[in-house]
Amino acid sequence: MIYKVISKPEFRKFIDTLVKANTAFGPRQVDTDHHGEPVYQFMPVGSADDIAFDYTKTHSSAKHFFLPFREEISHFTFRDGDWEQQIRYEARPVVLIGLRPCDIRAVNILDDVMLHGPYPSPYYLARRKNTFIIGMDHLPLPDCFCKSMNRHTVSYGFNLFCSDIGDKFYLSINSSKAFGFLKEFETGDPTPEDDCLLIERRKLIKQSFRTDVEVTGLPCFLDIEFESPIWEKWGQRCLNCGTCAMVCPTCYCYSVEEHFDTDLKGSSRRNRLYSCNLVDFAEVAGGHNFRPKNSDRLKYRYYHHYRGFAANDNQQICVGCNRCGRACLTGINPKDVINDLRLERESCMTCVSPSRNRT
Amino acid sequence: MHDVRFTIPEQDLNREPFTTKIPDFQKKSEVMITDRGYKCRITNIVRLSAQERLFQLRIVDPLERDVFSFRPGQFLMLEVPGYGEAPISISSSTSNREFIELCIRKAGHVTSALFEAASGAMVSIRGPFGTTFPMEQMQDRNILLIAGGLGIAPLRAPLYWINDHRDRFGKVWFLYGARDPGQLFFDYQFEEWKTVSHIELHTIVEHPDANWTGRTGLITSLFDEISFDPKETWAIVCGPPVMFKFVCSHLDRIGIPMNRMFVSLERRMHCGMGKCCRCMVGATFTCLDGPVFDYWSVMNLKEAI
Repeated sequence: MIYKVISKPEFRKFIDTLVKANTAFGPRQVDTDHHGEPVYQFMPVGSADDIAFDYTKTHSSAKHFFLPFREEISHFTFRDGDWEQQIRYEARPVVLIGLRPCDIRAVNILDDVMLHGPYPSPYYLARRKNTFIIGMDHLPLPDCFCKSMNRHTVSYGFNLFCSDIGDKFYLSINSSKAFGFLKEFETGDPTPEDDCLLIERRKLIKQSFRTDVEVTGLPCFLDIEFESPIWEKWGQRCLNCGTCAMVCPTCYCYSVEEHFDTDLKGSSRRNRLYSCNLVDFAEVAGGHNFRPKNSDRLKYRYYHHYRGFAANDNQQICVGCNRCGRACLTGINPKDVINDLRLERESCMTCVSPSRNRT
Repeated sequence: MHDVRFTIPEQDLNREPFTTKIPDFQKKSEVMITDRGYKCRITNIVRLSAQERLFQLRIVDPLERDVFSFRPGQFLMLEVPGYGEAPISISSSTSNREFIELCIRKAGHVTSALFEAASGAMVSIRGPFGTTFPMEQMQDRNILLIAGGLGIAPLRAPLYWINDHRDRFGKVWFLYGARDPGQLFFDYQFEEWKTVSHIELHTIVEHPDANWTGRTGLITSLFDEISFDPKETWAIVCGPPVMFKFVCSHLDRIGIPMNRMFVSLERRMHCGMGKCCRCMVGATFTCLDGPVFDYWSVMNLKEAI
């Protein structure tokens, strides 16, 4: 990694040139909500002026650039009782601007999922390789808990990462492509003062977290609490709408569907993002549902995020962005659910009472 | 000038074409065209009951037919173009390289479309996927096969295997239970298994009809008919989800070690490649780590059986 500093006007110029030459997406204000707060979303941008560099949050995550909601994975053309199957990996080169560290960490997790194992996904690979990611750090929001998940910093998975140090940006350059682009702009090597400012910035970010979720030993804890009534309590509130999975930056479960073309001369097989909270997620043909209750499905989601994935990939899949918590219509959020689980056991009377003396 | 385009080299995308050579699954970061299936022609359809039929398929391309090989217990993704895909366990002999047999119940969208098809129609298959019954490790041991209803479908492959290598195994018992006598499939093969393969076959039904002369009850009541040395016996169990619990805990009580009991699970599957997560049980993919599990690892999984 190479470190450079760039003044803010010069950085704007760089972004402007990059955006005008490529298809670019960045945070833009699209609306205001009922509190009068601006609503941001990753949208196509035409110039640097379109981008809200100081955005607070986007409701939907950047995963949709890699895992689109709907995607044709192959197409069949029928001819005389036979067919021809076409498979295409289409990927337009895309520049993504303004991803937060947790978002980039989420993309890294998706890399582990989609590109490792016995069957790497070519669809994902084509998209991932054609994406140029510019990350930016930010001061945490009141409900961010990425520090608890250790996802508040990022060291790989981006092309360029910018830290705001007053009137300059401290750039971490992670690809030759980004380095090449920056050659045409006025950048400088960081001075000791810049380094100090970066350290100060990091410290400030670290100290600004106001939400803490205790995840130490959580996989084991979830195993113990498998039959806990807490799941029933939160499950009763769940509406099975699947919003949490749609906004989650790492949820990647999908369903494969086939649809006939309207002229009936072909059909297409499509991936569609799915949610484990939807009722028929584990329903098999014949009608047996392996997770019939709300609480079963909610529990499974938490299990996959904090337990199952930890066993498979030695990391938890949650990045702590709290998008699911913000989007949930009934106020289910990971912080409350996990703290509730912990509290139930820690306030248990038989456990906290003193144990008998050994003889 | 600021073109961020990155084209994946063609050989990187499809280093080893799925259709002409056996892909090396151990090699990481190998990108294959895994969504291309083998075209098959339905050569024969055997009606087993009102809802179940046995489909015999033959891969059209001779090269692909040579490549396609599987082990007992594996499944494949059967595709009816335009309708979708369904995971189906292979129930033919591994030594039969010409035809693939699939025992299918008409239950969902894809299978209903398949039941409309006549002999000669074309379907597509992807696979084989999943883990296998460790037939080599079972050598020189007694084998206890237990099937309930349509659970016989994945058990036919190990049955054929035992038939092919009968001298390598000790005694073989096959306990087969069903809801009613009409649900006892492949009864035309019972005599062959008994006399040719020397398999001790015991059948039982839950709800007998007027012609039924055999035993009535649940499959666990068949255990008093046979006696075996649990230390020298390996078990293979497949059936409806509720059956596993009773049968496996009974075998555990008798004394068969948990890592010598194998179950074949079913889950909803959409990709077969460990990506879509539909078949996930806790941390385990039924398509990659299964469908054949030993009872020890299944017992440790929450909500598996």
